Amino acid sequence: MKYGFETALLAVGAFFALLGAAFAHDNLFQAHMWVLFFVLLGGTVVMLRRVSFAPYPVPGDSGNKADANPYFDDVIKYGVIATVFWGVVGFLVGVVVALQLAFPDLNIEPWLNFGRMRPLHTSAVIFAFGGNALIATSFYVVQRTSRARLFGGNLGWFVFWGYQLFIVMAATGYLLGITQGREYAEPEWYVDLWLTVVWVAYLIAFLGTILKRKEPHIYVANWFFLSFIVTVAMLHIVNNLAVPVSFLGVKSYSAFSGVQDALTQWWYGHNAVGFFLTAGFLGMMYYFVPKQVNRPVYSYRLSIIHFWALIFLYIWAGPHHLHYTALPDWAQTLGMVFSIMLWMPSWGGMINGLMTLSGAWDKIRTDPIVRMMVMAIAFYGMATFEGPMMSIRAVNSLSHYTDWTIGHVHSGALGWNGLITFGAIYFLVPKLWNRERLYSIRMVNWHFWLATLGIVVYAAVMWVAGIQQGLMWREYDGQGFLVYSFAETVAAMIPYYVLRAIGGGLFLAGALIMAFNVTMTILGYQRDEAPIPGVAPALQPAE
Amino acid sequence: METYTAMRHFADSWGLLAMTIFFVGVVLFTFRPGARKAAENAAEIPLKED
Repeated sequence: MKYGFETALLAVGAFFALLGAAFAHDNLFQAHMWVLFFVLLGGTVVMLRRVSFAPYPVPGDSGNKADANPYFDDVIKYGVIATVFWGVVGFLVGVVVALQLAFPDLNIEPWLNFGRMRPLHTSAVIFAFGGNALIATSFYVVQRTSRARLFGGNLGWFVFWGYQLFIVMAATGYLLGITQGREYAEPEWYVDLWLTVVWVAYLIAFLGTILKRKEPHIYVANWFFLSFIVTVAMLHIVNNLAVPVSFLGVKSYSAFSGVQDALTQWWYGHNAVGFFLTAGFLGMMYYFVPKQVNRPVYSYRLSIIHFWALIFLYIWAGPHHLHYTALPDWAQTLGMVFSIMLWMPSWGGMINGLMTLSGAWDKIRTDPIVRMMVMAIAFYGMATFEGPMMSIRAVNSLSHYTDWTIGHVHSGALGWNGLITFGAIYFLVPKLWNRERLYSIRMVNWHFWLATLGIVVYAAVMWVAGIQQGLMWREYDGQGFLVYSFAETVAAMIPYYVLRAIGGGLFLAGALIMAFNVTMTILGYQRDEAPIPGVAPALQPAE
Repeated sequence: METYTAMRHFADSWGLLAMTIFFVGVVLFTFRPGARKAAENAAEIPLKED
């Protein structure tokens, strides 16, 4: 009986969740434990229905199917599907919260108001979409570049399903109103503990594969992935150090207080950007761009310098989120200086990614997947130019707390993280399911233009909105009084908020096209379509 | 605040020195003689199969 032990563990887990609901210290914990109980019970039922009572296979008799593939790819297939699914969910919630800002009547009390939907959106796109993309691609890349099967046997399954459980618990918690109010780390202490367990399993699976590699050199993409896994573990544990009020209740208190707590949160918050959304996705870039253009990376030595410079500088940049606060001036200046120095490794990495196409620039015209990856790298360059500029204290005095920040985050997240992930998905799906090509290459082109147009609309609108907001807040009259009340600056934002929702809607439409394209590819269909113009015909040798 | 002061002094003296030396060491190692060949081989790793 396959997975018998795991099924039993699920059932025991469901029972403990039931006990948690029975003896809960507060109503929110009780509601959350009911959610956990039904999720685990559902998981147990699904596992039980898969039990086969057929005679145990004779060793060496079957297993040809499993041996055909030297790599553990099933979990990566699930990861790709989860990435597409959570991507669509996260983008949809993003469009909804954008509309809630433009039309406040859309705030449906209490579960679906902006305050609860916003962390749902940020966590869904960063951790559910981005996290699944990182887990799936890191498992794919580490196996290929180490030429070794994923370490730990079924540990990969535990990482995948454990991570989905974390997502479900985090998301339902937000809607119930359970939050510890820490940016990008809203889940309460018991969900944080679970993520720690899953993350350690992830580290063991990844590091174990590297340790048993057959390739003597550790390829640079794995360095980026490993730094992402190790640093996120460190950030997650320190930022979430807290004392729960009750072991059967949701509320906990942070181990830090005052400005130390603020700095801990932004040390975490900025490095979540630096290591989750940058280092991890650079691991994707350093594998999938060379694969898709079929050329080695432009300069491997530049990629090593890129890696060390990036991780040495990023970790100090967090204080730029706390300019003009109670944080000591020297710490603010430190954060600002390190942010500006980050220009160098970021642009070194961007140049390295772009120049990988040297000699194959025609592929931007003929291959929409390459075009997507190049646009991702271009947005990486733009966002990492804008970020250091905004960290300069004088610029920050205008930009901070305005929608300019939101625009900056989205040009990085939609442009860089989104597009490089889409490129990786389009590369992976035909490979993993052994299809000759995607269902439709032309739909990739549609996705590319919808996504790019959406990001451009979004970022441009937020620049105008943010700068206008910042200027209105600091506008004094001749007698030294503020010219605008806060409510007036909010009312001025309506046209921008509507336009922003349209930009997000375009990006979501592109993601829906991808979901359709990926589904049809997995089902084995090929769309009958004219090839992309300019593709050189496959040359036949003369006979 | 004694712990704070001690850690603060360590961070901007020996800590800073150690990290700078490590980083400069990495850069020098990357440009050591013979590194170009090794780097070119390493860059081919993703293209070797499938």
